[in-house]
Amino acid sequence: MAEWDSGTKETVKRIPFLTVRCGPRDKEDWAKRLKEELTALIKYIQLNKASDSDWFTITANKEGTHWSGKCWYVHELLRHEFAFEFDIPATYPATAPEIRIPELDGKTAKMYRGGAICLTVHFKPLWTKNSPHFGVAHAMCLGLAPWLAAEVPHLVETGAIAAKA
Amino acid sequence: MSDEVVDSNPYSRLMALQRMGIVHDYERIRSMTVAVVGMGGVGSVAAEMLTRCGLGRLLMYDYDKVELANMNRLFFRPEQAGMTKTDAAAQTLAGINPDVALESFTSNITTLEGFDAFKASLCDSEGAPRVDLVLSCVDNYEARMTINQVCLELGQAWMESGVSEDAVSGHIQVIIPGVTACFACVPPLVVASGIDERTLKREGVCAASLPTTMGIVAGLLVQNALKHLLCFGQVTRYLGYSSLKDFFPTMDIRPNPGCANTLCGRRQTEAAAREASPEARAAAAAAAAAAEAAAAAEAEAPVHDDNSWGIEVVADQAEPSGSGGESNIGARARGKPGAPPEGLQYSMPAGVTAEELRAQAVEDSESNIEDLMSQLDALNKP
Ligand SMILES: [Zn+2]
Repeated sequence: MAEWDSGTKETVKRIPFLTVRCGPRDKEDWAKRLKEELTALIKYIQLNKASDSDWFTITANKEGTHWSGKCWYVHELLRHEFAFEFDIPATYPATAPEIRIPELDGKTAKMYRGGAICLTVHFKPLWTKNSPHFGVAHAMCLGLAPWLAAEVPHLVETGAIAAKA
Repeated sequence: MSDEVVDSNPYSRLMALQRMGIVHDYERIRSMTVAVVGMGGVGSVAAEMLTRCGLGRLLMYDYDKVELANMNRLFFRPEQAGMTKTDAAAQTLAGINPDVALESFTSNITTLEGFDAFKASLCDSEGAPRVDLVLSCVDNYEARMTINQVCLELGQAWMESGVSEDAVSGHIQVIIPGVTACFACVPPLVVASGIDERTLKREGVCAASLPTTMGIVAGLLVQNALKHLLCFGQVTRYLGYSSLKDFFPTMDIRPNPGCANTLCGRRQTEAAAREASPEARAAAAAAAAAAEAAAAAEAEAPVHDDNSWGIEVVADQAEPSGSGGESNIGARARGKPGAPPEGLQYSMPAGVTAEELRAQAVEDSESNIEDLMSQLDALNKP
């Protein structure tokens, strides 16, 4: 994990690993996987709150296939907040979810069409290698968090975004 | 398909392949269906090649629109910006060759609904595959894994293609469920660019692209597809291309008995049973005898009838594949046993160990999903 800072590496070690190799196409086992996803996410958010580094809220539809929430990043004492969303792909957990921030679509080069964030070259290989043990919590910690840390300062600098009052 | 050699016959040069004895029955292409998934820099060019070759039916998949940023690649034109890639391609291809039946599918295949729609579109009303080959020309791992899963479920042969994000290397790979490695059997193999990856500047961009590399990969892909469909030449299982060193490694990738995809394991068992059947053994023996006879005939023939230049072309000595033992890779390029051949590398880091998993697996929760969701919602309040 050469590409992540030491804080991220410490945190991700404390997120529980998932064990059920099943995506939403298999309704029965997906319920088991979804329980693991929620348990791991709850643990991760509790860890963040305990270290005063809470940085997102998240909620899922009742099937657990569509997730959305708010994430924020503090840059030069100003808080920048964005709505994010993603769907669980058909081949999950062999493949990672693609996190979108639609309001930033077109504002940065580190984004694909439709507002999907462009992750580091290290994220997807790491996810694949650790499948099925990584889940939504890992995608947030190793995917979205580093993206915000890299992109928000850049977006502010170029004037693409301003802090919300 | 007329083989009349007149200026007005668009197929005369293709039918000449048959007259020259390269292809036994070229006209069979008129009864064939190929799906091209992803109409980007590789897929659109592959689709044009197949259209010009007189393919019977072409299914095209892409959910994106043509952008001016695509103009460094071949095929699409600036005035098509804003159109869906499938519509723009259908417009151009119908103009080039009205004999090809074109079908467009404009949706994302990786979503839950998209997956089912994609699978259904490849099947006839009885649920059996209606395509002869699927060509993957997508640019992301998720879509490749989707094609892999659908083709494993249908027992459908497909070919994967890829161009590296730095635009200087690429590869094609044949995947026949149970017979070759599936896309999940081994970590994706990428062609080493021959330069230190860490010196590449990646900041600020997602990917670079060149019309040359993409056109070359499209050509390699469709050439292999034609050989597979029309049964001529040798269908290469994996062919890499490194443009910086002009290096073309080839190899076979055998299926991994421990593949994470359980359906792949089932297809491997089925393939082994098919191979062991008396009919298959007889066919294999006949094929081997024919190959031997052909090789003997070739050895007797002079290298070149009129070799006034004094040049002799000697074929590469094929090494027996799979001498590596544990390796899934029978490489024709040189390499250590168990390691990918020279010039190729796995694009994967290390994963969770069994020990780490035991120590840190998620604990089984007493709560049900609804309870957990409300716990999560409670955490969302500041
Ligand atoms: Zn496999």
